[in-house]
Order: sequence, then structure tokens, then C-alpha cells
Amino acid sequence: MKASVGGYARATDLRHALDLLAAGDGSARILAGGQSLIAALNMRLSTGDLLIDINRIDALKGITCDGSRLRIGALTRHAEIAVDPLVARHAPLLRKATDVIAHAAIRNRGTIGGAVAHADPAAEFPACVLALDGIIHVEGPDGARDIPAADFFVDVFETTIAPDEILTAISLPVAEPDERQVIHEFGRRSGDYALAGVCLVRRAAGHRIVCISVATRPELATAAMARLDAGDPDGAVAALEEALDPPSDTQATAAYRRHLAGVMLRRAVADITGETA
Amino acid sequence: MTATFNDRIDIALTVNGEAVTARVPAGQHLTDFLRLELGLTGAHASCEHGVCGACTVQVDGQAVRGCLMLAAQAEGSTVWTIEGLTDTGVVADLQAEFVARNALQCGFCTPGMLVAAQDLLCTAMAQGGEVPDRAAIREHLSGNYCRCTGYEAIVDAISAVAEARHAGTAA
Ligand SMILES: Cc1cc2nc3c(=O)[nH]c(=O)nc-3n(C[C@H](O)[C@H](O)[C@H](O)COP(=O)(O)OP(=O)(O)OC[C@H]3O[C@@H](n4cnc5c(N)ncnc54)[C@H](O)[C@@H]3O)c2cc1C
Repeated sequence: MKASVGGYARATDLRHALDLLAAGDGSARILAGGQSLIAALNMRLSTGDLLIDINRIDALKGITCDGSRLRIGALTRHAEIAVDPLVARHAPLLRKATDVIAHAAIRNRGTIGGAVAHADPAAEFPACVLALDGIIHVEGPDGARDIPAADFFVDVFETTIAPDEILTAISLPVAEPDERQVIHEFGRRSGDYALAGVCLVRRAAGHRIVCISVATRPELATAAMARLDAGDPDGAVAALEEALDPPSDTQATAAYRRHLAGVMLRRAVADITGETA
Repeated sequence: MTATFNDRIDIALTVNGEAVTARVPAGQHLTDFLRLELGLTGAHASCEHGVCGACTVQVDGQAVRGCLMLAAQAEGSTVWTIEGLTDTGVVADLQAEFVARNALQCGFCTPGMLVAAQDLLCTAMAQGGEVPDRAAIREHLSGNYCRCTGYEAIVDAISAVAEARHAGTAA
């Protein structure tokens, strides 16, 4: 099908984009990589949108590290994250995630800001950012806000970004020397959204687990995390399966998804402890 | 800077080495622009949500989905479609190998396959000259559907070209 769009504007800088957002009066939509938005427009899931193309805003690009935090501009493409040395060193989880996100041509355009703002519970980056205890940086007419990932994701495709705000960057604490970060997921074909997946981080303060495709938003699996902290992986798998209430759809039943999440957690634990699952 | 949205956008870009200017509707994707305005019908508009890969073209040196990029966004960019890649001969070896191995039947997916294959071979060769193995080829083509061949011959063809190009650069 063909998109039915209300209008297009190419933002020259962040201020211009914010002005356009205000002028759009509720119909304006940020266009980043377009790998979710243009697909939705082509399917006419939405019509009459006023598109604000932010791809020319240099201030939203680039990856920097100040020693304690890694900052990734909203417009950073998945393909850039895949090969960036700072990401590989300080947030290897994101690098590993790019192996399983979509296909090469989509990774060439899709942006981390778009993926996080889109808040698809089947997407990898939102889960990674929560697993890493990241901060989402946004800017609106009244200035900037820093939103902890734990307060950011609300529901399917719903976040705490206000309609007049733009996601500008994501920042993450740099990995500790002994920190381990892994992602394990299962999909029917390479590049498909996972039927279920697990992000697992082990740092000095304890384990952090966030699942993919099993809830309406990324959430910390606190009961399973406590069992892993206590050195009880079997208990962690049981606690995870107990806590999950995944959706059933044409791809997988709830029971299958719950089971898969447990299997993925076992693999993730084996991965960071060096054993075979 | 005044904040304004337009339903028609003026663009200037380079397509297959030629300068092009046009006024495009806001919602028109790049594939439709190439097909309907420029008559370049090699890239196909099929699923139009990024799944099938038949619309894959090269923009600024990278393989992208023509259906998931607006023509308006192509302002200032350099686009290569299968027509241009054919004329310059950069995919001639891939095309010859596809024919020799029956790596196509109806041909609908082939332009996208060739752009994806060229993308893999250029990236792989750029990153240290490593020859992609069959698993890497399959992985790279995971976003390109073929409903005729069962993929085996396509992987064969790309694998053969990868070896040949590697031998060529090593020589
Ligand atoms: C075939 C296919 C397979 C895919 N498979 C996967 C997969 O396996 N895993 C996965 O995670 N993703 C997958 N994706 C989605 C892809 O990763 C998208 O790139 C990503 O979800 C959205 O990023 P984008 O930059 O393209 O955003 P867009 O499509 O441009 O925007 C998405 C939404 O976010 C909003 N938005 C974007 N940027 C900002 C910003 N800076 N501030 C505020 N709002 C913003 C937009 O208004 C829109 O509502 C797939 C896509 C396709 C087409």
C-alpha cells in the first residue's frame, strides 16, 4: 500500500525540529531511520502525519565517552553501533544486539533513538538500555530531561517522552572491568523479531535481567535476578518462568514463550559462567 | 527559521551517475520515485514494509530498503540501482554466476539479491579481505526473499564470486 502523508519538513537543527513539533499540533511525527515509521505509513496504520526529518541534525549523531559514561546520539545507526570501538569496549551488549536486529539493509538506516522511542517490546535496544541501567536524554521546549530507563517504558509503543519532546541521546555507565553482558534470543529466521530473548548483565552490584518479546514493555526480572545473586541459576529460571505472563499469538503460545525465556536465561548464564547450557 | 511542512519537496540527487532534480510528493518512497518518475523498474515495490528485500538499492554506498526511505530524504545523495550497477559492470561477475548456476527463475528478487550480495562482498573485502563463508552469505541475505530457487544456487553463485574476487585481489 502507499503512505498518505500530510507533509514533510527537513529539520536543520534541534531547535528547528522542536519548533516543527510544536507547529505540527499533535500531527507531527519524528522521522529518524524510518525503518518502523515508514513501514507503518506504507501500511496506512497512520495517515495525514506531518513528518519531521531529523536525519540532518549533526548534534544528534556520534558516540562519545567521558570515562564514566558512554553517550550515544539518537541518530546513531544500528550498523554504526555494530562496529564502534567505544561501544564494543564499554557496552558490548549493544554490539552483540546488532547481530540479531533485523537485516543489514535495515541496520544501515535504523537508529538507536528511533528504536528506543518506538518502544517495541520485541525490540532489542530498549531491553538492552534497561539491562544496562541507561538514561534516556530528551529535549523539549522547556529544556532537557534525563529519564532513567526504569521510568521510560510504559506500554507497547508507549514511553514517558512528551509529545513535544525529542529523544536526543542515550547514555550508559561504562562496563566495569569484570562486568559481563550477554544477549540470547530465539527467532524463527535470522533477523526476525525474537519469539523470546534475554539480556543478562553481571556487575559488582548484582545481576540484571531484562526479557524481550514476553511482556508489554521491557522490565527488570527482579525475582530471577535475586536468585542469580544468590548463586541459584535453577531458581532463577523457575522464578523467571513464574513471573512471566507472555502473549500468545500466531508466532508462539504463551507457554512456549515462557519456556523459551527460561531456556534463553539458562544459555545466558552458561555464557557468562563459561559452562555449556 | 520558520517551521513549515510541505506536501511537495524539491530534491536534487545523483542516480546511476546522472544528476536528477525533481519535485516529489511528501509520502512517496524512493522505490516509487525511481520506478514511476525515472523509469528505473529494476528495484521492485513488493511488501513495502521492509521484509522482502526486492526494493534494495544502494544509497551513499550502502544497501538500503527503497520502500523504507522517502524520496524527499534522498536529497543530496548518490543512488545506484541495478540498472546503473549493470551499466558500469561492477556486478557483471555476480550476474554471470547467477545465470550460470540458475540462481534465479522468475527474477523478481534478483535486483535486490544482487545489491545485497554486492553489499556483502564490498563490506567483507573492505574489512580485511576475508572471504565470507556460506553461513555469512546466508546471514546477509536473510532479508531478501526468493520464492523460486530455494536459495542454494544463490549462495553458490555469491560464494563463487567471493572466492574469485578474493583471488583477483590477492593476485
Ligand atoms: C523487516 C524489519 C525487521 C526488523 N527487525 C527488527 C528486530 O529484529 N529487532 C529490532 O529491534 N528492530 C527491528 N526492526 C526495526 C528497526 O530496528 C527500526 O530501525 C527501529 O525500531 C526504529 O528505528 P528508526 O530509526 O528506523 O525509527 P523510525 O522508524 O524513524 O521511528 C520510529 C518511531 O520512533 C519515533 N522517533 C524516532 N526517533 C525519535 C527521536 N529521536 N525522538 C522522538 N521520537 C523518535 C518516530 O516518530 C516513530 O514513532 C525491523 C524493521 C524491519 C523493517
